[in-house]
Amino acid sequence: MFIDTTEIIDTFAEAFAMWGTRVIITGETEKWAMAAARSMTGFATSVIGCKCEAGIECSLPADETPDGRPGVSVLLFAGSPKGVGNRLVERIGQCVMTCPTTACYNGLEGEESVVVGGKLRYFGDGYQSSKVLGDTRLWRIPVMEGEFVVEESFGVQPAVGGGNFLVLGRDLAATLAAVEAAVEAMQVPGVILPFPDGVVRSGSKPGSRYKALPASTNDAYCPSLRGRVPETCLPDSVSCVLEIVIDGLDEEAVADSMRLGIQAAAGEGIVQITAGNYGGNLGQYHLRLHDILQGGS
Amino acid sequence: MKLTLHTTPEVPLEAEVISADRLQGLTAEEAARLPVFHGNDKAVLGDFFTLQGKVKDGSVTVEGDLTKVKLVGSGMSQGRLRIEGNVGTHLGAEMSGGEIIVTGDAGDWVGREMSGGRITIKGDAGHMLGSAVRGVSVGMTGGEIIVHGNARNEVGNGMRRGLIAVGGDSGDFTGVSMRAGTVVVLGQMGMRPGAGMVRGTLITTRSVELLPTFNYDTTYRPPILRTILLYLRKQGFAIGDAYLNGPYQRWSGDSIELNKGEILLYAGDDPA
Repeated sequence: MFIDTTEIIDTFAEAFAMWGTRVIITGETEKWAMAAARSMTGFATSVIGCKCEAGIECSLPADETPDGRPGVSVLLFAGSPKGVGNRLVERIGQCVMTCPTTACYNGLEGEESVVVGGKLRYFGDGYQSSKVLGDTRLWRIPVMEGEFVVEESFGVQPAVGGGNFLVLGRDLAATLAAVEAAVEAMQVPGVILPFPDGVVRSGSKPGSRYKALPASTNDAYCPSLRGRVPETCLPDSVSCVLEIVIDGLDEEAVADSMRLGIQAAAGEGIVQITAGNYGGNLGQYHLRLHDILQGGS
Repeated sequence: MKLTLHTTPEVPLEAEVISADRLQGLTAEEAARLPVFHGNDKAVLGDFFTLQGKVKDGSVTVEGDLTKVKLVGSGMSQGRLRIEGNVGTHLGAEMSGGEIIVTGDAGDWVGREMSGGRITIKGDAGHMLGSAVRGVSVGMTGGEIIVHGNARNEVGNGMRRGLIAVGGDSGDFTGVSMRAGTVVVLGQMGMRPGAGMVRGTLITTRSVELLPTFNYDTTYRPPILRTILLYLRKQGFAIGDAYLNGPYQRWSGDSIELNKGEILLYAGDDPA
């Protein structure tokens, strides 16, 4: 299959079952809500090294947030509900509660829920209090600037992590331009791209010759190793590969985002678009590129 | 099911059987035989009401001036009860779930000791809204009472949890002896709000003289207040942006108790 001059390889992205949640951060201004969101989603590119994957889903206008202030929606994924809960307590406690003017609300009615505000409240040292509105309990924790409001529990639901595609370009400039266009196009509700501005250059393969490492560089896609590795995956004309990883609250959202991204990335200077997999033996979801582009997944 | 008052009681009629869950599954004829007390005389519901249909989708509508009908919706746990007109005392007492809507006024003791559900009064409410009966220390322990008009004395007396919102004025001793929970009065509070409150929150948009046992903390714009007021907007209250965005004084008290309660007083310009 080709899109313009770009060959779309008949392969699949191997994605994994994860658990996800949505956090709504509000602030006095969008600047402060975004500052907390950026801080909370920092060092959250891969569960391999960060224990979770997180990113900013979108900005929210004031009339779409629980307290009528500008907000930011953040998605966070981990391997289990407990993992999501632990990461939320760490990251909301260290990155959102610390940020001036912010408040933090659950943005997902999930199958299960994890206690977050109910744990962070102890920072109030006995001065904390709660308010119940409808079915929601909100904790008020006194801080030096005023009060930090955080919801008692956050919904979690099964999710999909590790959707991906690789963009194989003739040179760095063309490849960067392609992935930047892709990232711009991939802003789908329920999806985040956890790597820096959505792009990863250090794609990995599972395992390593060093026993302590669970993953190591994807040598088959490293242009500088074309002449050294036993088997390269790179056509001769390719000198740069960049990857986009996608996490979503469901498979459909991941597939939608991938389709938009592949369509935006393909074109002049891009030789191939392919996807990373492990032979289909590890991940629960197989997102076939051709099916995705034809409207399925 | 629809109930229409055909005979106005001469003395208070105790009719806790008028409840969405009590009427669920009954025919009109069966429901008409349910017992009520007319003063201290035993009677049946059909002596005072015409009943039509069955309860569908958990909904019951009652029409007529029920000013002398007590305990309507008492102990209700589910369903929806709509009263077209006024209603008497002890509406929704000890209810644990469901929703009661009154298009007119309600008497004293609305939602006393309720633990869940929601009561909406489009008109005024009497004394002791969401409170405890005399001799009992704990009032409502959950749920919501929404009064679009005024409420009289001792709103939320002994309240332990839940939300009471009054769109108009409230009488004296609003939030007296509160254990916790939230009372919002968008109009003028009467004398001595929060007297003896242990925990909980009183919020008002009008200035009011506080007891000397309340201590000034700060003037700020707490996000929780925006969340509460926006929540009340969704319940039909017209709350101006000035009250959402403006500053509030925070007072802690009552220091004769644990001093863990708070009164939030709007401190911005009067939008009117």
